[in-house]
Amino acid sequence: MATTVEAPGTSPIGRSTPRVDGPLKVSGAAKYASDFHFPGMLYAVPVGATIANGRVVKIDAAAAEKMPGVRKIFHRENIGKISRSVLGPGFEGICDERRPPFEDDVVRYYGQYIALAVADTFESAKAAADAVRVSYDKEKPNVSTDLKADDEPQVVVTTFGPANRVRSERGDAAGAFASAPVKLDQTYVTPAETHNPIELHATTAIWDGSTLTLYESSQGVFNLQGVLAQMFGLPKENVRVITKFLGSGFGGKLWPWTHCPLAAAAARQLGKPVKLVVSRKMMFQTVGHRPRTQQRVRLGAAADGKLISLQQDYVNDKAILDHYHEDCGEATAFQYSVPNLRVAFGRAKRNIGSPTAMRGPGAVPGLYATESALNELADQLKIDPVQIRVLNEPKIDESLGIPFSSRHLLECFSVGAEKFGWSKRTAEVGSMKRDGLTLGWGMAGCTWVAARFPAAASVQLRDDGTARVACGTQDIGTGTYTVLAQLTAQRAGVPLDKIEVVLGDTSLPAGPISGGSMVTGSVIPAVFAAADNAIASLLNIAVTTPGSAFEKRKPDELAFEGGRVFAKVDGVAKGVPFADLLGRANLRLVTGGGEGAATFGNPKPKFSTQSFGCHFVEVTWQAEIARLRVSRVVTVIDAGRILNPLAGRNQVEGAVVMGIGMALFEHTTYDPQNGAPINSNLADYVMAVNADVPPIEVHFLDYPDKEINELGARGIGEIGLAGIAAAITAAVHHATGVRVRELPVKIEDLI
Amino acid sequence: MHTFEFGRPADAAAAIATAARAKTAQQGADVRFVAGGTTLVDLMKLNVETPGRLIDINRLPLDKIEATADGGLKIGATVRNSDLANNAVVQRDYSVLSQAILAGASAQLRNMATTAGNLLQRTRCMYFRDTAMACNKREPGSGCPAITGANRMLAVLGTSEQCIATNPSDMCVAMAALEATIHVQGAKGSRAIAFGEFHLLPGSTPERETVLEPGDLITHVTLPAPLAGSKQVYLKLRDRASYEFALASAAVVLTMKGETVTGARVALGGVGTKPWRSHEAETALVGQAADAATFRKAAEAALRDAKPQSENGFKIELAKRCLAYALKTAATA
Ligand SMILES: Cc1cc2nc3c(=O)[nH]c(=O)nc-3n(C[C@H](O)[C@H](O)[C@H](O)COP(=O)(O)OP(=O)(O)OC[C@H]3O[C@@H](n4cnc5c(N)ncnc54)[C@H](O)[C@@H]3O)c2cc1C
Ligand code: SF4
Repeated sequence: MATTVEAPGTSPIGRSTPRVDGPLKVSGAAKYASDFHFPGMLYAVPVGATIANGRVVKIDAAAAEKMPGVRKIFHRENIGKISRSVLGPGFEGICDERRPPFEDDVVRYYGQYIALAVADTFESAKAAADAVRVSYDKEKPNVSTDLKADDEPQVVVTTFGPANRVRSERGDAAGAFASAPVKLDQTYVTPAETHNPIELHATTAIWDGSTLTLYESSQGVFNLQGVLAQMFGLPKENVRVITKFLGSGFGGKLWPWTHCPLAAAAARQLGKPVKLVVSRKMMFQTVGHRPRTQQRVRLGAAADGKLISLQQDYVNDKAILDHYHEDCGEATAFQYSVPNLRVAFGRAKRNIGSPTAMRGPGAVPGLYATESALNELADQLKIDPVQIRVLNEPKIDESLGIPFSSRHLLECFSVGAEKFGWSKRTAEVGSMKRDGLTLGWGMAGCTWVAARFPAAASVQLRDDGTARVACGTQDIGTGTYTVLAQLTAQRAGVPLDKIEVVLGDTSLPAGPISGGSMVTGSVIPAVFAAADNAIASLLNIAVTTPGSAFEKRKPDELAFEGGRVFAKVDGVAKGVPFADLLGRANLRLVTGGGEGAATFGNPKPKFSTQSFGCHFVEVTWQAEIARLRVSRVVTVIDAGRILNPLAGRNQVEGAVVMGIGMALFEHTTYDPQNGAPINSNLADYVMAVNADVPPIEVHFLDYPDKEINELGARGIGEIGLAGIAAAITAAVHHATGVRVRELPVKIEDLI
Repeated sequence: MHTFEFGRPADAAAAIATAARAKTAQQGADVRFVAGGTTLVDLMKLNVETPGRLIDINRLPLDKIEATADGGLKIGATVRNSDLANNAVVQRDYSVLSQAILAGASAQLRNMATTAGNLLQRTRCMYFRDTAMACNKREPGSGCPAITGANRMLAVLGTSEQCIATNPSDMCVAMAALEATIHVQGAKGSRAIAFGEFHLLPGSTPERETVLEPGDLITHVTLPAPLAGSKQVYLKLRDRASYEFALASAAVVLTMKGETVTGARVALGGVGTKPWRSHEAETALVGQAADAATFRKAAEAALRDAKPQSENGFKIELAKRCLAYALKTAATA
């Protein structure tokens, strides 16, 4: 494993750093979107359709309107104008559910908002929403779980613009498969999964004339600002979005959902601040989910396991009006070496709310399928699953024909195998035992894209020796506050506890979405440039301030280190703290701005920038009572330089826990009769709890990737969820002999 | 809004007098006692229960665990589940009850939940808990969408054409095996109800779940004197390791002489429309060698009349394995 560049102990980079916002969170002082209260504020509760397909015939709000404390029941006739928004240009105007709420009287999914009760208290609003009577023209919904691709053209519309349904192609995949000596042809299914961050989606909307302020639980305040400006016909600068803290989002809060314009429209009409908190049940209906996927994987190989052909044909379900594509082929084309490859997709319309990105979108379900197929091929050929991967390690990114900036997947495998004790594995099903339990050992590789979004930041150095760093990006809970403090500490030489970090506000320099695991990598150049510019101003001040120790010098004779300005000839020991310089100049502060350019979406990259890793998993199986448990996980991640190992490990552990849920528990069930997501609560939507979490070992390789930024840090938030389900299902097979190809693995599959 | 009156009666008689004015003590009751509130308040938030009046019984003197004259145990109606599970006598003499309670819910819920409230907890059938759906139990005659829909968690024993809802309680399974008696004070005096007669099968009236009538206040539960030398096990199987209702569970109380079973009381949870005492399994056990073949036979007997639905057929085999393993664990304890 690589070693850290800076001497340990001096740099905050690479040091395990507890969350700087931790005390605020544990003391309850951190304010989430629904924690903001304003005088005269009203509460809104939406009414969701109780059919999944049909038309609203009549909304009878008479009784609800007469209830105490009720201000208004809004519906299509009286909500006022809410316009559509459009995509782009650039990475803007993104929205998975484009139809403005209440636009027509057609119901296309269960829970779709059809009315909104607004009252003086939450309780009154809820009671009023429950009292609204709706009659429908009902049609049978289509929530069929058997996904066949709809008839769509070769180039289809997706959330992010047009996309070719052939995602990647090289050689002659079909021909090579037909003549391959060894073949595997299997279909893998992942169910709809619902994001369940503990913090519910929430909006508090306040109008001041033609200016709209939104306190929103958002992973992308700037995108939301642009979309809401369009929906209300406002200049973008008239919309301000604030997200100080997020109780996570897992991708569900990346793009705007319909509750937000509803709250804004109600606030506009009533001339009061309006708060709307989406209920847990509505979280299953109206704010996205990971779609169901059905993926056929065909592998052709030589007798020694060398891949000859790889075909992945997948379908995801999507909402009637919208265009979500679950990019299951994201990693397929570069992860392993194969001369003939074709990855293509289709989609199937269903009466469901729009799917959206969920932690590791595309690659997570995609790698479950391709890594599972590889495991099956290895078993078929009686080759060790690690070995088949080593055998198919590519020299370059074969989909783009360019080298990887930094790829150490083979080292991940060897480190993982060693830490796990993989060499003791006996391949035969059910052959390993411990304490009367049958053991299953499985493994899989993983990868996740690394890139930068554009980012801007500002850094201030202040006359009391403190610094302030500001960026409009959000902290989704992963430690962004802490990383910005670390970066500023590193560059400006100010101790962590003297740095104020300000995030989550469109009035700050534009920052990236909290998505794609790209925030850390993206803000590094921006924060460093901002700090450098603040320091440059400081040096100018040092040479121009009367009485300054550096009055006679030129700026380029000075340097800055550890918070001190010094003459290069004299060395840092004779330096002057920046607070003293500012004091002498009668300046409260100096500010520097900085920007970092995007690498994401670069049409002609020189390098393929990806993170890599692998999971080794042990399950225990007790056939007598059909009890399956994950008992041990070793995960190795090659994600470039790890800035904060504490937060980094926390991300990977959390992802592994989520992966246990994905493999064994999580699934959203749509009632076949009325189309409702029927298990829409935390009791019936089963996910891993503490008792399901085994010892998890996380190892980072820590090789800096200088193509990404000067520190060499890639992202860490999503990769841990990729591949884990395939490792678990392989372990399940090793223990039980049952090959489960539709997640989650259920007791009934094994009994 | 469903407003309701909240009252705290001075004594049991006042509580009973008020409750006796209700039209029913079953689904749709307009007066409800409230104990821990973990079932009732939950269902009120969902509008599944809409009582106009709540009678708080938490301050009535019903919170003691005491020895009875015949060597058994008297458990007050408002004894918290945590206190019951951690009671030294219960742990020693009725450990199956302690194990069952601790296998359920979470520590926080058990701290609130009471003996009587647990006896009366409602099914977790997802359609029952959502007023936008049809449900014969909630709205008699409206239909049962579970039979044609999501029924993985629901019952295979004691079902009817009208309702297949599972009784979700863990505590009740242990009480069924311990042959508990439920003591009720009502408008017409007090009565004792054998555990097996307390809960009703759904039949054509799934809205009726127990024999309770308006005004009936459960005052306590008694357990008979412990079976000397009995071995007791509660085993609960579910998808995840904790905090989930049972897919199948088994409570067993065994007495043995050498390798032979001399007495057996068996009940199943998670599979029945009521806490499921299995006399069939008991008959298959008594007098037989305590071995795998006997245990499997007992399990087969217990599930002989099971009726699978579209998604829950696996529960039949799961319940058999659960019972056989619980018996094995008890026999070898
Ligand atoms: C998230 C969650 C998970 C759970 N998991 C489990 C589990 O795994 N296993 C399990 O067994 N249970 C579980 N439970 C259920 C829990 O055990 C019950 O909710 C609890 O036992 C009910 O007791 P209570 O005192 O809170 O009842 P309350 O809600 O106060 O009352 C329930 C009913 O009993 C009536 N009642 C109460 N006392 C009397 C009396 N003295 N006389 C007559 N009527 C009375 C009330 O009127 C009401 O109708 C869970 C509950 C929740 C919310
Ligand atoms: S099983 Fe019973 S509780 Fe569930 S929907 Fe059917 S009638 Fe209602």
